Amino acid sequence: MTSKKDKPLSRSTLAKTPTGIIGLDELTGGGIPAGRPTLVCGDPGCGKTLLSLEFIVRGATQYNEPGVFIAFEEKSEELAMNVASLGFDLEQLQRDGLLKIDHIHIERSEIEETGEYDLEGLFIRLDHAIKSIGAKRVVLDTIENLFSGLSNQFILRSELRRLFQWLKEKKVTAIITGEKGNGLLTRQGLEEYVSDCVILLEHRVSNKISTRFLRVVKYRGSVHGTNEYPFLIDSDGISVLPVTSLLLAHDVSSQRVSSGIPALDDMLGGQGFFKGSSILVSGTAGTGKTSIAAYFADQTCQRKERCAYFAFEESPQQIVRNMKSIGIDLNAHVNKGLLQFHASRPTLFGLEMHLVSMYKIIKKFKPQTVILDPITNLITVGSVSEVKSMLIRLIDFLQAEQITVMFTALTLNSVVSEQTDEGVSSLVDAWLLVRDIESNGERNRGMYIMKSRGMKHSNQVREFIIRDFGLDLMDVFLGADGVLTGSAREAEQLKIQAGHVLRDFAVGRKDKEIERKRTVLEAKIASLKEEFESITDALNKSYVEEDLRNEVIEKNRATITDIRNNKNTITDKKKKGR
Amino acid sequence: MSKRRQDGRSQETSGQSRQQGKYVLRLFITGASPNSSRAITNLKNICEANIPGDYSLEIIDVYQSRDIAEAEGLIALPMLVKKYPLPERRMIGDMSNTKKVLSGLGLEF
Repeated sequence: MTSKKDKPLSRSTLAKTPTGIIGLDELTGGGIPAGRPTLVCGDPGCGKTLLSLEFIVRGATQYNEPGVFIAFEEKSEELAMNVASLGFDLEQLQRDGLLKIDHIHIERSEIEETGEYDLEGLFIRLDHAIKSIGAKRVVLDTIENLFSGLSNQFILRSELRRLFQWLKEKKVTAIITGEKGNGLLTRQGLEEYVSDCVILLEHRVSNKISTRFLRVVKYRGSVHGTNEYPFLIDSDGISVLPVTSLLLAHDVSSQRVSSGIPALDDMLGGQGFFKGSSILVSGTAGTGKTSIAAYFADQTCQRKERCAYFAFEESPQQIVRNMKSIGIDLNAHVNKGLLQFHASRPTLFGLEMHLVSMYKIIKKFKPQTVILDPITNLITVGSVSEVKSMLIRLIDFLQAEQITVMFTALTLNSVVSEQTDEGVSSLVDAWLLVRDIESNGERNRGMYIMKSRGMKHSNQVREFIIRDFGLDLMDVFLGADGVLTGSAREAEQLKIQAGHVLRDFAVGRKDKEIERKRTVLEAKIASLKEEFESITDALNKSYVEEDLRNEVIEKNRATITDIRNNKNTITDKKKKGR
Repeated sequence: MSKRRQDGRSQETSGQSRQQGKYVLRLFITGASPNSSRAITNLKNICEANIPGDYSLEIIDVYQSRDIAEAEGLIALPMLVKKYPLPERRMIGDMSNTKKVLSGLGLEF
């Protein structure tokens, strides 16, 4: 009754307590209801105890909220031992006053019921434990064990109802675990009493691969993810993957990243892919998908950014060796810590587990680029739709983190319009298709961009060439006979080269002829000039002779005149001298 | 019959000294709740009727000493512990089922 009165007060702002469990808080939009009991139910061995214990430990270590763990099943030491492998030091937490574990054990054979009783002893213990460390969190694991120890159902039910009410009054955030019953969430119908938040854990085996799932069955007054979410128990505790974010509203970047192949960047408007986008490279076997991926990884590392490479087909050593043959040394990046390989067989665990483990690795390593090579192999552990939904979630997550992702996918036949690529082609931002072009008895690789969202991109098929020193793209030859690739393209190029040489030769000959004609002409001009000069010379000569003659005549005449005059003078002188 | 609740415990020996008492009983109660008072009354009646003077009864109010709840592993209250004679037996409830109490005390089979 009281809970109904409480409701309007808390509806406006439903306070939540973060559990500290990876993914669960995202899923519930902040955690479980603060100050209220939450029911965690599930089959044996699905992780109820671990989840509740992690809730307490994270509360104590991360949120400074001490917690009380009432164990109805395991003893304190057993619990401590069970979770020591997860790095939880329960003993230390107890010494630090952040945790109190109380083991409650009821053996029916030891106890005789002699009339009316109540569970006040439990209340007192709980109250004492809460007060002794100022606990904010309480776990009752598994309270249904009381039903096996005590027989009076009426008393137990009314006492449990009182207990949950009491926990609310104490304003502690509580987790109550319960075993899944027949047709009910719990064997004793605890969900009847704990009605604010119910979390169901399940452990299912399909295709011989077991996966644990978590589902928020009910969460009053709060938006929550309603799907089944896989979760993983590993050395860090529980990780739930809120695999589909509730919104499609991640930031986008207009920053571009190079693909590592300059010619490919040119095809993508000259700058490469968008940062944080998803790229699909699909193609038939042996078309160089892994090489493209490795180039992208190499380029990322050369920018001093981190890259996580998830290989589902080849071992890291194999990839490193193979890529050396086309001139990239991935090992150097591995040694520098920029590149991490994570190779696993797809059948190692379920699809969802793959996703969770990738998620964790990515969270830890914080790469700027992620490569999945190839996603096709995942099909062996899930159906197409499952793989697709997994990839949607992965892309969602990566985009939220602004991580560029490249998938490679094997297409089984080379029909262009084919959509086998696990149906992800509609999800990805850029789709490169590498395909075989078979003609003239040889197989060549052609690459084209099927789509590239938000940027100008080439519509041309390029020939994709793998050489010793790397990858390159060549314009394919569009001749009269259609698209030419490989040796046909080279032959065409040679033919054109030959044409050039012949033309050069012809041009050269004509030039020489002209040159010769010019020489002849010039010679003629020279001889005419000579002729003209000799005529002029002859003419000049007669002029000079005439001048000379005139001069000489004049001189002679003068001399004669002189002589005549002189004769007289001489005689005069002679006369005088005497 | 005096009850000393100050220290949370009251000892009641009836008739003979404690050493001679064959039955050593401890009754955990929670304050003056109906179940608790009924348990005390019922138990005393049973003891007086069956083992007069041959028992020592310690009544412990768990509210007064809360640590004891964990130490004794208490959950359901009131609870009667037969410490002696062995084997130790535990009985919960208001002791209204005389037959069961007697069987628990080893007085009736």
